[in-house]
Amino acid sequence: MYAQMVDTGSPDNQALDAREARFQQRIDDGIRIEPQDWMPERYRKTLIRQISQHAHSEIVGQLPEGNWITRAPSLKRKAILLAKVQDEAGHGLYLYSAAETLGISRDQMVDDLHTGKAKYSSIFNYPTLTWADVGAIGWLVDGSAIMNQIPLCRCSYGPYARAMIRVCKEEAFHMRQGYDLMLALCRGTPAQKAMAQDALNRWWWPSLMMFGPPDGDSVHSAQSQAWKIKLFTNDELRQKMVDQTVPQAEYLGLTIPDADLKWNAERGHYDYGAIDWDEFYAVVKGNGPCNRERLDTRRQAWDDGAWFREALVAHADKQAQREHARAA
Amino acid sequence: MKNEWPLWEVFIRSQHGLAHRHVGSLHAPDAAMAINNARDVYTRRNEGTSIWVVKAVDITASDPDDKQALFDPAQSKVYRHPTFFPMPDEVKGL
Ligand SMILES: [Fe+2]
Ligand SMILES: [Fe+2]
Repeated sequence: MYAQMVDTGSPDNQALDAREARFQQRIDDGIRIEPQDWMPERYRKTLIRQISQHAHSEIVGQLPEGNWITRAPSLKRKAILLAKVQDEAGHGLYLYSAAETLGISRDQMVDDLHTGKAKYSSIFNYPTLTWADVGAIGWLVDGSAIMNQIPLCRCSYGPYARAMIRVCKEEAFHMRQGYDLMLALCRGTPAQKAMAQDALNRWWWPSLMMFGPPDGDSVHSAQSQAWKIKLFTNDELRQKMVDQTVPQAEYLGLTIPDADLKWNAERGHYDYGAIDWDEFYAVVKGNGPCNRERLDTRRQAWDDGAWFREALVAHADKQAQREHARAA
Repeated sequence: MKNEWPLWEVFIRSQHGLAHRHVGSLHAPDAAMAINNARDVYTRRNEGTSIWVVKAVDITASDPDDKQALFDPAQSKVYRHPTFFPMPDEVKGL
């Protein structure tokens, strides 16, 4: 997902102390944890990792689509894409704020992203080769993000849950504009439809990988579920995504690039083929098609903006000094 | 940049006549920039007709450990609610 394989730390060997038991009881009772409340250090650290990774994904997630803003085929599509990418910047900001309530500074998080210490979602390390990729991302990637984020609106940590409510409202627009774009291409010329099919072919498997490793290999899942900061397992969400998307692809007249995909009446779900987890781990470790380019672009943007940030601070300082002089 | 911008809490009034509500926070070097940023971050979909920004350090909050001492006493004062007083059905205007 936007936060993948989040480490929950190693559990203490001794039984939970009384305070931690009370904390767990609150969560079990569905009472939200707020920033000033006592919380176990592992809960705090895990959430910092999860929320900041999620924030970084929103920020880096602007880049693949940003690539097409100046080349959108019409003014209408350009305005829509600009608004969508701007929303992603907003999502990053809501989430950084939520993470800061846990005691990490914004500068620290930005630093961790730029030095490569912090991760962001594997999905944003794939290239956007054609205009249809913008549609495929909205439909599949934002669609998958919604699937993961709607349950997080009920997660145990108040600021995270509230940020997710805002994000989810906006994601619905992202998914629809993507599907709308795919619809337009699929109703267009054969070449346009072929472009849409090609985008689906390239984004399908990375979108399924986005939900993270299979449940059997997902070591930290149980603790995160007990803390209610993860409400469904990776495989549950992945299955939901497949079940939802197959009919949507059929409507477009596109073929999902999976020979093993078929309806399983007994399970009431679609069966799907094996995922190439070697590819997933290669991307997570920094060897996807665009990992280096994404980080370089981020760092460059940060460095290029330095003079402007410094000027704003200089102006603010000067105003404050004037104010001070006038008051004295 | 180690000179981190201060944190501002953002309050938005959604419609004329309603109170400003806390919507989130952001960093900005000064109040004017905080308003500018708040407009972009929190009002992209007509959410507001007015914005307040307050430096987070200027907010004094109650201590969660005082929750019982502060709020429990109100629980026993049910007579503060109009529903505490049953009124005869025949009498109107109460
Ligand atoms: Fe987003
Ligand atoms: Fe999105």
